[in-house]
Amino acid sequence: MTPTFNLRTTVGLLLLLALVLLPVYVELTGSRFLLTLFTRIVILALAAVSLNLILGYGGMMSFGHAAYLGIGGYAVGMLAFEGITSGFVQWPVALLVSAFFAFVIGALSLRTRGVYFIMITLAFAQMAYYIVAGLARYGGDDGLTIEKRSQFIAPINLSNKVQFYYICLVLLCGAIYLVWRLVNSRFGMALQGARSNDTRMRAIGFPTYHYKLIGFVIAGTLCGLAGALLANHTDFVSPAMMYWTRSGDLIIMVVLGGMGSTFGPLFGAVALLVLEEVLSGITEHWQIILGPLLLLVVLFARGGIDGLLGKAHHG
Amino acid sequence: MAELLQVESLAKRFGGIVATDNLTLSVPEGELHALIGPNGAGKTTLIAQLSGLLVPDSGRVYFGGGDITGVSMPSRSLLGLARSFQITSLFLDLSVLDNVALAVQAHAGHSFHFWSNARREPELRDPARAALARVGLSARGDLPASALSHGEHRQLELAMALASRPRMLLLDEPMAGLGPEESARMVSMLRDLKKELTILLVEHDMEAVFALADRITVLVYGRAIASGKPEDIRNNAQVRDAYLGEQEAVHG
Repeated sequence: MTPTFNLRTTVGLLLLLALVLLPVYVELTGSRFLLTLFTRIVILALAAVSLNLILGYGGMMSFGHAAYLGIGGYAVGMLAFEGITSGFVQWPVALLVSAFFAFVIGALSLRTRGVYFIMITLAFAQMAYYIVAGLARYGGDDGLTIEKRSQFIAPINLSNKVQFYYICLVLLCGAIYLVWRLVNSRFGMALQGARSNDTRMRAIGFPTYHYKLIGFVIAGTLCGLAGALLANHTDFVSPAMMYWTRSGDLIIMVVLGGMGSTFGPLFGAVALLVLEEVLSGITEHWQIILGPLLLLVVLFARGGIDGLLGKAHHG
Repeated sequence: MAELLQVESLAKRFGGIVATDNLTLSVPEGELHALIGPNGAGKTTLIAQLSGLLVPDSGRVYFGGGDITGVSMPSRSLLGLARSFQITSLFLDLSVLDNVALAVQAHAGHSFHFWSNARREPELRDPARAALARVGLSARGDLPASALSHGEHRQLELAMALASRPRMLLLDEPMAGLGPEESARMVSMLRDLKKELTILLVEHDMEAVFALADRITVLVYGRAIASGKPEDIRNNAQVRDAYLGEQEAVHG
């Protein structure tokens, strides 16, 4: 089963190839800084891929998706603080706790629609933010430094930056593939039907709530994984990981790259974070340039970067 | 003939407006039962209660002998009660074939299949193609549903209702907004369908109603003021006063 070959898929795969070759370039030029930047981009792209499952394919405008970044991150951070550094414990715990929170948050918020859904997911994320900020034992507002990255068996060593980058990249590719399979399955068709016309879905016999909830939990769990990676990447977790502006960043990545497309979130994450990096090098008021740019995309390029590639392909 | 659908003393109020007023109605298996009445007579409200979209204030609905008053909309659909919408209600951003395939999928067990490609499952695609062929949309399957004309949307609505292999169709104004030619095609399609399905038809097009219906119920302000064979309804003085008098089509 190969995906239909077109420009968007080609560009997506080329971008992945470029990411695979990045450490070679870094080795040749010695710009270690690029490796750090792109590790971060790959991790946040993974978070965006997870958000795309519910936002792009499920039509669920979750404004609290960064909560799972924080939950996954804090699972790693807190366990490390308590002396449990094994990744075989930390990572499953990070996934399970994220899944649990996604289930509870989803079960409550999916009973609402539209603006109320946006507000309630936002409220849950902010609640998580303030709870974590209040945990004095784990650094509260100041965050928590992680002395030791997640330990796996040799030869896996997350402290090796190149190796850690590749682990993140493999997980990102796995997530893109997973979401691609999911959205084309019966489950995915049910999810897309619910996005398109929820009432009609129920009229023809789909209990859409259950399908949306499962999608919500899968997305939250994947984002929890991104959180565990991010904690290892920065050796530090803080409440800021789940602040609402971070949720906004993830939404921007998905919208900029193209909602409901296979590679869209990857395009969006790379574009946004590289732009941020380049523009902030030019002027400290870089947001003045980025803002209008985003506005143009939303106004004139519905379907984001992926949509533009699709249009270019069809002439 | 056994009664397939039975409505007993159904009532629904919206504030001071009585949309369904102590309505009793029964449709035997195999009948095409038409529901007519002036605008605001509560036809769509009744369909909504029959399909489970609205909960009645009081009264019962029986389908196939079982009480379905408290049964949810998805479950009613699974029991074999399918509805089409007055205002076209489709998955506009999905392909025409996807629209119908979803209706098939709804009745092919649960959809917690996460891995294999649903667009390649003959079990879903073949019945969907068959339903599209039935309404004459075979050639349009790969287009997004948004690209179809209004008349084709009505045909697609019907294909989706058929694809769920229902025992009974609730059709809410299938001819709404159709041109004369499209209407004629819809009538001949429905005539074909009534051979194998029980149908409750809400329709304003009197020509179509009298051409198709085995029995007709006339609703006015949520109440059934008459119910009977088409010729009885045509000759019913009360109906003429309330409604048909204004309709040229009946006399023509």
